[in-house]
Amino acid sequence: MTPLIITVVVLVLIALWAAGTYNALIATRNQVDEAGSDIHVQMRRRYDLIPNLVETVKGYAKHEDDLFTKVTEARAGAISANGGGINAEQQAEKTLSGALRTVFAVAENYPELKANENFMQLSKELSETEDKLEAARRFYNATVREYNTRIQVIPGNIIAGLARFTARELYVLESPEVAEPVTVKF
Amino acid sequence: MTLYTQVTANRQKSGFYLVLFTALLLGVGYLAATYLDRPELLPLAAILSIIQGFVGWYASDTVALAASGAEPVEDAHDGGQGERLHRIVETLCIATGLPKPRIFIIPQAGMNAFATGRDPKHAAVAVTAGLLQNMNDREVAGVLAHELGHVGNEDIRLMSLVAVLAGSITLLGDMVARSLWWGGGRRRNNEEGGNGIGAIVMIVVLVAAPVAATLIQLAISRKREFLADATAVLTTRDAAGLISALRKLDEGEGAAAKVEVSRAVAHLFIANPFGGLAGLFSTHPPIAERIAALEQGSGMR
Repeated sequence: MTPLIITVVVLVLIALWAAGTYNALIATRNQVDEAGSDIHVQMRRRYDLIPNLVETVKGYAKHEDDLFTKVTEARAGAISANGGGINAEQQAEKTLSGALRTVFAVAENYPELKANENFMQLSKELSETEDKLEAARRFYNATVREYNTRIQVIPGNIIAGLARFTARELYVLESPEVAEPVTVKF
Repeated sequence: MTLYTQVTANRQKSGFYLVLFTALLLGVGYLAATYLDRPELLPLAAILSIIQGFVGWYASDTVALAASGAEPVEDAHDGGQGERLHRIVETLCIATGLPKPRIFIIPQAGMNAFATGRDPKHAAVAVTAGLLQNMNDREVAGVLAHELGHVGNEDIRLMSLVAVLAGSITLLGDMVARSLWWGGGRRRNNEEGGNGIGAIVMIVVLVAAPVAATLIQLAISRKREFLADATAVLTTRDAAGLISALRKLDEGEGAAAKVEVSRAVAHLFIANPFGGLAGLFSTHPPIAERIAALEQGSGMR
């Protein structure tokens, strides 16, 4: 009789532990998804700003058609890459960022454009959005790191394996402080 | 030691101090009740500390903000400092996943900042106008990330807990002192000389307890500073920005960080804080030590 009771108690405890672990993993995975959607909010904001920027620049720099086509295509490419995995997304975003940089480089040649209030406002908002995008990616990475650790360490990996939780990819962050060793100059 | 291990170590040490603090409170209460033969002291102190706790818990941020003369700042979209502050805080909140706190500016020329509130949802950060004027975006982001570190690490909550405990010990000490004054004579009449050692022990406890409480409180807030620095770097990934901000605060032995109300506020909230004030630089560990810890943690040395 006693061994039976012990077996039942042990089984119940294991079942409770498994349920708890599973629920915790689900909660962490939902956090990761939420962090991911925060990134897309910032991306969408960026896409929305770009047509305005192109229109404003067009008013002053009439002979840069190639550039406008490039930016518009890069934007369309980024939008279609959205949701197609981190790699494709980052590639498209990189192209878009490059095209935008060219726009601002070209703007240097048009003093009137640089003095345009609308242009100044748009470039400020764009750089702000890029900062926020970077911040959202950093938060996403932090959340993913926690999630990946949870499903990879013992004993969480048992439940993760059974319930088919898979590790998520991290964003490659472009912030210069991450890319290169920090040098301090004062 | 990397930043990650430092975060863990600081959390453990804070936990240890908290346990020690509770033990100290109970010890003083026990000694007072035993040696003075007045068992009502212990429950009385407990009740008073609960009342204190409620006030400290729910009104600490209001008191702290009012005492420092902080004014709420709207996001005015006018290209001014308010807009800049909101932009930096929003970005940091995205990076930390924290709700956006209420934002205040203290209209003073010194450079300083603090965070308050009982939990991340009811948090507020305040910075001086001087800090905004003298620091670039990376430095301001470093300082604010430090303050949000206090919010995210729930220092602001733990500090109110510690403050309540410290407050109770001080109050208990006062009550014991009064009992000794009025009750001591009565006891001497009843038990000729038998109370001499007890009285000496009580005097030691009376002196030692508030001192120990203050020291532990200081130690907790010092640890929190290192932890918040570490968290700030994890948020911004920019140790150089925070280090540069700390150097500016350190200029002229911290003279740059001086705010006119700082003494009053520091006294109110560090010595007798009743709540969630954290991040007042004048009560922090030596800035050189913090810079060294940051440089070590981020592999600059």
